[in-house]
Amino acid sequence: MATAEKPQYKVIGTRPVRHDGVDKVTGRAQYGADTQLTGMLFGATLRSPHAHANIKSIDTSRAEALAGVRAVLTNADLPEQGDRIVELGEGAVNMRHLNANVLAKEKVLYKGHAIAAVAADTIHIAEEACQLIEVDFEVLEPVLDVVKAMADDAPVLNDDIRTESLGSHPASDDASKNTNVAKHFVFEKGDIVKGFEEADIVVEREFDTATVHQGYIEPHASTAHWNADGKITVWTCTQGTFSVRHQTAELCGVPISDVKVIPTEIGGGFGGKISVYLPPVAAGLSKKTGQPVKLVMDRAAVFEATGPTPGSHMKVKIGATKDGKITSGEAWIAFEAGAYTGSPIAPGCMCVFSCYDVPNAKVDGFDVCVNKPRTNAYRAPGSTQVCFATETIVDEICKELDIEPAEFRLNNAAQEGVRRVDGPVYGKVGMIETVQAIRDSDHYQTPLTGKFQGRGIATGFWFNCGLKSAATATVNPDGTVSLVEGSTDIGGSRAGLAMQLAECLGITAEEVKPAVVDTDSVGYTDVTGGSRVTFATGIAAINAGKDIQQQMCDRAAMIWDCDETDVRYEDGCIIGSGDNRFTFKELAAKINATGGPIAGRGTASEEAQAGAFGTHCADVEVDADTGKVQILRYTVAQDVGTAIHPSYVEGQLQGGAVQGIGWALNEEYWYGEEGSMRNASFLDYRIPTIYDVPMIETILVEVPDPGHPYGVRGVGEVPICPPPAAIANAIYDAVGVRMRDLPMAPHKVCAEILKK
Amino acid sequence: MRDFEYEAPTTLSTAIELLAQQDGSAKPLAGGTDLIDHVRTGRLEPDLLIDVKKINELNVLELNGDGLRLGAAVPCYKIYGTPEISQQYAALTDSCRIIGGIQIQSRASVGGNLCNSGPAADSIPSLIVLGGVCVIAGPNGTREVAAEDFCTAPGKNVLEAGELLVEIKFPARAANSGSHYRRFIPRNEMDIAVVSVGASVELDENQQNFGSARIALGAVAATPLFAQAASDALAGQPVNAESIANAAAAAKEIATPITDMRGTAEYRTHLIGVLIERVINAAVSQARGEAICYKPGH
Repeated sequence: MATAEKPQYKVIGTRPVRHDGVDKVTGRAQYGADTQLTGMLFGATLRSPHAHANIKSIDTSRAEALAGVRAVLTNADLPEQGDRIVELGEGAVNMRHLNANVLAKEKVLYKGHAIAAVAADTIHIAEEACQLIEVDFEVLEPVLDVVKAMADDAPVLNDDIRTESLGSHPASDDASKNTNVAKHFVFEKGDIVKGFEEADIVVEREFDTATVHQGYIEPHASTAHWNADGKITVWTCTQGTFSVRHQTAELCGVPISDVKVIPTEIGGGFGGKISVYLPPVAAGLSKKTGQPVKLVMDRAAVFEATGPTPGSHMKVKIGATKDGKITSGEAWIAFEAGAYTGSPIAPGCMCVFSCYDVPNAKVDGFDVCVNKPRTNAYRAPGSTQVCFATETIVDEICKELDIEPAEFRLNNAAQEGVRRVDGPVYGKVGMIETVQAIRDSDHYQTPLTGKFQGRGIATGFWFNCGLKSAATATVNPDGTVSLVEGSTDIGGSRAGLAMQLAECLGITAEEVKPAVVDTDSVGYTDVTGGSRVTFATGIAAINAGKDIQQQMCDRAAMIWDCDETDVRYEDGCIIGSGDNRFTFKELAAKINATGGPIAGRGTASEEAQAGAFGTHCADVEVDADTGKVQILRYTVAQDVGTAIHPSYVEGQLQGGAVQGIGWALNEEYWYGEEGSMRNASFLDYRIPTIYDVPMIETILVEVPDPGHPYGVRGVGEVPICPPPAAIANAIYDAVGVRMRDLPMAPHKVCAEILKK
Repeated sequence: MRDFEYEAPTTLSTAIELLAQQDGSAKPLAGGTDLIDHVRTGRLEPDLLIDVKKINELNVLELNGDGLRLGAAVPCYKIYGTPEISQQYAALTDSCRIIGGIQIQSRASVGGNLCNSGPAADSIPSLIVLGGVCVIAGPNGTREVAAEDFCTAPGKNVLEAGELLVEIKFPARAANSGSHYRRFIPRNEMDIAVVSVGASVELDENQQNFGSARIALGAVAATPLFAQAASDALAGQPVNAESIANAAAAAKEIATPITDMRGTAEYRTHLIGVLIERVINAAVSQARGEAICYKPGH
């Protein structure tokens, strides 16, 4: 559904076959673990059996003596980092921590923490050699829960962490004490005391969410070759080649120009394939052996030692008048950063009240280290957790006040001109339109009739980011265009970018041949993340297209011997005065004979996007005897700006919703007392299967973002935010119990039902 | 993964000989769906894998007036692909249909599932309630063990070094009998039972009273359990909610569940009652020739 008169596009809004489709469906596409090089060695990693321990010594001599072993690497082989903070794509990173996360230094901070790596002639020899490495541990008490980790007497993980206060005046925290609380954010707006006084109803609740993993199917895999000339080449599946280049260069102590990163295809990332784990280790092993070394994680390592999203504890309070107007909000949010600081607590704080016009608000957020893997970005990082809390309370207020939940949301919706608690004022956003779309949908209008069935809705928000991209496009003599770009394709972006360039040039999507290339072959491009690629790399591709338009016009003017200003580019044609007219294809055929090749270049450096909202509607049936929740029907309405390739937009909405359903119902890291994850496999870490979700219905609401020539708005992240709350609200509607602890696994729902 | 040798004998005696020679460091390989994974991850480090799929005795699948003979290496798909077995030994085929996905079922054998002896193994409660008898061959000849006596602890069973499970025999089914197996899992597929229940019932000729019954529980103790008292509680009783509730109460008595990532002990005990009711009712329906409609995993 379009909310405004939409420009007449020729390519945008159509559904061409994706350019990389055949390779992917026939199995020819090369993923991270498919890299094969002459003389390649195989690496294996020794990982910590303990969640928290001092490393007293490491003896690698027996491993080194095993036949077929070529090198063993420990942290001692990596250059010292000192206390440096480096900007690495999705945020600033403490290099001392990143170094120790890649290979543990004095301490192991979570089970699965890499300690040493071996390169050998076969993977089996490498694995056997790992077992021969002797590590003398002093085992320490682990702390796995965010609230316990904040206590004064909690075991402290890192000796260099003091609480950094951001936004509270004076600083509310003791900056001299060594602690697990790395950051304390405070955001304030208006006067919450006055706001709560004005409220007729105040609801305050506590919530917990579990540590959950992105669950990408492809494990991390990297191959590196440290050449005799000192240049390093890395082949890897990543969301950001330039970020891998930067991280690898920093960790190996070489200039960035000595590192070239070649992207393979990527089998899912969702934020988890930005930070490096393997490339510097493979590079270090390669330096020692002079041969390329491949490292591939197994599934357990992916779960135990990459970057899931934080578990959280939250206390949220909202006040409203009896006619349903929010007067005040207050939130206390603690996120588990994992072993090292860096949870998405800041976006969590910014998102907690982001869907509403809350006149008075205060948010306290804490970034807390615990003995779990260092967390990383996961699709709308931090927003899903807080959306669960806020949207559950909003539902409770609606039920108390007997106000229809869609109407309540429309009454309080974030819209152009509303200021968020963290400061920014919204531009053109489409929250209201998504709520209206759900309210008016066939789904919402169809009553539920069965026993123990219920319906819930929830709205979520994600900022979306802009950042930097580069692209070049060259005109081929047959009238096609080769597009060269640097955004690794995790969601159909090749097609989305090719379509924007095609639209700009007035040619077909099939006439553009997109290629994602290595770091030496395209200009700097930020990570594929923040729902930015179709937006920002799209702008770069359009700019490359405009550059081609200009050069084509100049060339035609030269051929026609007329003034350049008398030539214009229109609808895929170059038009001069009188009968002077070339189609794109006609002129393309002449360019090599009339002055040589035409190559367009485009870059983008975008401050921000306008932000995206989605409203979801979930119907569930609860098995009242077992507590098991079945999703009967599920609809996503989302403001998608302009849907470039609607199938991939729908795919993003469906995929995000399914991941959110996983958070809602079954996904969690399950730890034993001693701090080891007991369910580090896809059998026991239960992402939804095809049997667990219905076909997710989608409603594409198009409120174009004025910041993009075609109105593109990032779509990938916001759909993960509403499902836990929508499902919790539906469970309440079905059986009258309020679930405030994720996942809402059968045993927890059953326990609540039995309490009634 | 450590290197190992592979043999594929075609006679039972050669297999027994190989097993005995290796003194416990050989593992029989049928479907291999668990074994290969264990070897790859280093949980098992056998010196020799003995592929038993080429031995005739382990590939028997025979249904006649005397009952059913099920060779230990017969894959799941063959079992549920035989309509007469699905009709007469429904619990067994209920199990075979939910062990792994299609690919796994085309390789995995019930014999292997039994010999792995997991507390939550999906086939074992069905073997118990259908009166399965395990035929074991070894260096000292052949012996028979009732299915409920086969497992001794998680991953452990009565097989001595050098012994091999050859087949499982089931008695012929009585008139007016029905059976069913189901498990409760948090997802709808691809999961390990939180609790599972198998039941076989024989009704009187009016189909209003239980003649006899056998109930077995999975995932609530160190081994799958035959619920003797619960089974006895149904004998001679009318088919109604009260009888079934009494059986459920008796079954809960023998369970010693643990709390783990799949559920709490308390929840598991609760689920025994829920599942017994559902499973007995389904077995009764089957005995009466009524259609059974159920959602796997519930």
